[in-house]
Amino acid sequence: MNKQMFLFDLRNALSGLPQDDIEERIAFYNEMIDDRMEEGMSEEEAVAGVGTVDEIRAQIISDIPFPKLVKETIRPKRNRHVWELVLIILGFPVWFPLMVAAGAIVFALYIVAWALIVSLWAIEVALWACALGGSVAATIYFMHGNTISALMMFGAVLFVIGLSIFMFFGCTAASRGIIKLTKKAGLGIKSMFIRKEYSE
Amino acid sequence: MDIQLKRGLLDVCVLAAIKNEDSYGYKIIKDLKPYIELSESTLYTILKRLENARMLTVRSAEHDGRLRKYYHITNNGIKRIEEFKEEWKEVISIYQFVIKEDSRE
Repeated sequence: MNKQMFLFDLRNALSGLPQDDIEERIAFYNEMIDDRMEEGMSEEEAVAGVGTVDEIRAQIISDIPFPKLVKETIRPKRNRHVWELVLIILGFPVWFPLMVAAGAIVFALYIVAWALIVSLWAIEVALWACALGGSVAATIYFMHGNTISALMMFGAVLFVIGLSIFMFFGCTAASRGIIKLTKKAGLGIKSMFIRKEYSE
Repeated sequence: MDIQLKRGLLDVCVLAAIKNEDSYGYKIIKDLKPYIELSESTLYTILKRLENARMLTVRSAEHDGRLRKYYHITNNGIKRIEEFKEEWKEVISIYQFVIKEDSRE
């Protein structure tokens, strides 16, 4: 792929992003390719050296702060017609509550996911508390000469400790999973804003 | 290497690469290559971040009939390198402790 094609593809892939960002990036990659060619690389090699358009795009999207992305993509490229404005204003009682509701649902789902994590960890903590309490009880039984009860309590403590160790791995895996999911969802929502603009 | 750690290191590496003389994008990547792998898009992000933090300034200069951006370190940038050196004195002494304990068995 030659430089012109690469930069053209890159510009297309970035359309929908803030305009000043696009120009700066294009200039940056242009310079990078020129510098590589100056060092004796062929145009093809130089272009391959800076990475693929998809890689660049993915990184850029994850770098831009979300509020800036929304502000830039929501701003219309052309002036709206009067009837469009009238519709937007008249429709306000309809679209505004819908938008708020949609936001609330997403937020609620997020809270639910985290509530799950919190409850998993609560169980983990409770298991440790049981183990601790059980140990104390076992010691007291033992001191009172109630060896049978002490042994039974001790067995229960061991069982609970085993369970809690097992739970611990589950808890950390679930927490990590949610964090990963959050990042992915964030990237997905960002892409949604960009793709919408891109297809218009 | 841990991503957060690498990110912090890369910022200082880029500052170090422009400390003694102004440099440009491709040269920074080449200078750092023996020490740390750095992609173009990562470099762009770092340069932007350092510029926003006023640790470097950018100027365009003509080179071979085209424009090239040169990056110049500011006092803030130099201060960041000094901070890094102080922080890492501690890290190195911790590292030496770990190695010493590990080899003692």
